[in-house]
Amino acid sequence: MAGGWLNGVKRDFTSEEALKEYFFFLADDALMLGQQLSKWCSKGPVLEQDIAIINTSLDHIGRARLLYQELAKMEGGAVTEDTLAYFRDHLKFRNALLLEQPNGHWGDTIARSFFFDTFNFYLFDKLRSCSNKTLAGVAEKALKEVSYQAQWSAEWVIRLGDGTDESHHKMQESINRLWMWSGELFEAHPMFDMLDDSFVRFESLREVWLHKTGEVLKEATLVIPSPELWMQTGGRYGIHTSELGFILAEMQSLARTHPEATW
Amino acid sequence: MGTNVSLEDKFQSYVDAEKKVEPKNWMPEKYRRTLIRQISQHAHSEIIGMQPEANWITRAPSLRAKLILLAKVQDEAGHGLYLYSSAETLGEPRDKMIADLQSGKAKYSSIFNYPTPSWADMGTIGWLVDGAAIQNQVMLTRTSYGPYARAMVKICKEESFHQRQGYEVVMKLTQGTPEQIEMAQESLNRWWWPSLMMFGPSDDNSPNSEQSMLWKIKRKSNDTLRQEFVDKTVPQAEYLGLTIPDKDLVWNESRGHYDFGDINWDEFYQVVKGNGPCNKERIAHHVKAHEDGAWVREAANAFAEKQAKRKNKEASAA
Repeated sequence: MAGGWLNGVKRDFTSEEALKEYFFFLADDALMLGQQLSKWCSKGPVLEQDIAIINTSLDHIGRARLLYQELAKMEGGAVTEDTLAYFRDHLKFRNALLLEQPNGHWGDTIARSFFFDTFNFYLFDKLRSCSNKTLAGVAEKALKEVSYQAQWSAEWVIRLGDGTDESHHKMQESINRLWMWSGELFEAHPMFDMLDDSFVRFESLREVWLHKTGEVLKEATLVIPSPELWMQTGGRYGIHTSELGFILAEMQSLARTHPEATW
Repeated sequence: MGTNVSLEDKFQSYVDAEKKVEPKNWMPEKYRRTLIRQISQHAHSEIIGMQPEANWITRAPSLRAKLILLAKVQDEAGHGLYLYSSAETLGEPRDKMIADLQSGKAKYSSIFNYPTPSWADMGTIGWLVDGAAIQNQVMLTRTSYGPYARAMVKICKEESFHQRQGYEVVMKLTQGTPEQIEMAQESLNRWWWPSLMMFGPSDDNSPNSEQSMLWKIKRKSNDTLRQEFVDKTVPQAEYLGLTIPDKDLVWNESRGHYDFGDINWDEFYQVVKGNGPCNKERIAHHVKAHEDGAWVREAANAFAEKQAKRKNKEASAA
């Protein structure tokens, strides 16, 4: 047994529970970011970027589906990918708080994606050799997508940071504003000691992430916030910001109005 | 003057011989203007048409439905881009086309000035609106201007896919709960007549049609296309168990076509003039996105210039 958090309560975990939690972290991150990015549809700064951001949203939601499908198998019974997405409440969601932060302006969206995409790239690169075949398969399939996403958001950070005075200022503000949500991605979770070492420990990615984001921010002529600054936490335990309630209210409204329906 | 006439005659016989006009060929100025108007209008329709569907992406009731809708709207953005490029081959810059859309000088399909209050509209739009668009676009794959005809071949393939997906959404509703069936019927009630209006004014009131037919830009009249659409769609509605909201709709054995009721042309012209329920909202949305993105586009341009200068510097240093 190893300790962890379930719905805000600290308790011991079996390895099966720890495995599910691992999947929920990844699936909920993907769904949340996909949902947030999809709100840019028809609102992008230029048509080509509308297409790019919709494509990215598609990738994230597609990946979330694969992970939820596997979770549904583990849960058994009447659980499906859709009951997991549409009929869980905020306490059951495990996404990092970063991903429920509002879209804001283009720079805010880019900063959020940049922090997450960089993390995601290192994560999925390593997960390709995970002992869990489903996860390894998802990682293999996802790597091309997440590489492209990490490149896309880093390029925008550089373009905006080293663009005009206005964009430089805006991008710096976005980086500063979202920084305190980045640390949660690298939290250590003792429950994952129940899983073998091929399940990447998130804390192990912190150094390489700091190095990479530092490089990109430097090229973008932006100031790197201190990694020692206070970081927010809670999402992995089911304790979220107020934003999540609105995201779920919107996303789940139709499905929950017609719980008997299939679509 | 004499040379002009002979050039125009030559052009007409070229088109009559079913040869494709390419960007480098001589063409009458009015042919060029007509095409720019039509292609840019088509591009604007794809772009404005993203809005009523984007409206439901965040609320799509299943993850599969969300993915399908996202992919569809992405296709539309792609079609818009493709068509803008096609119009640019005629010498019209994209910035100018966008400015004309935002000022109201350029039009887009009036159907997108109707709201989408119901999820069922995501099905009905695919089924009827994309269905009507295909009717028109299949004809345009044979249009006389080469780049437009080729764009249409690609676009038609994706549009017929959208139509099948839309029909599937409606079918799932009609096989569902009583509330879902009601949703599907209510949506059809709202979209049926505006869909028939998509083909434009009746033939005796269509000022641009005759010349366009002569130049083989257009190959079938508005009324012919509308009739084909009705004939095709009625059995589809019957199969779904839905009722088309037209009490005059009846099979006419002697014509071999369905007869249908009178279209409310007052409504059509009012919506075209800007008085539909969403005309102002659609343009305001487009303008806001464009203005909100101005600093981003400026930054991208500034960065590209800096990059080019750095490259030049490197090159001259080497």
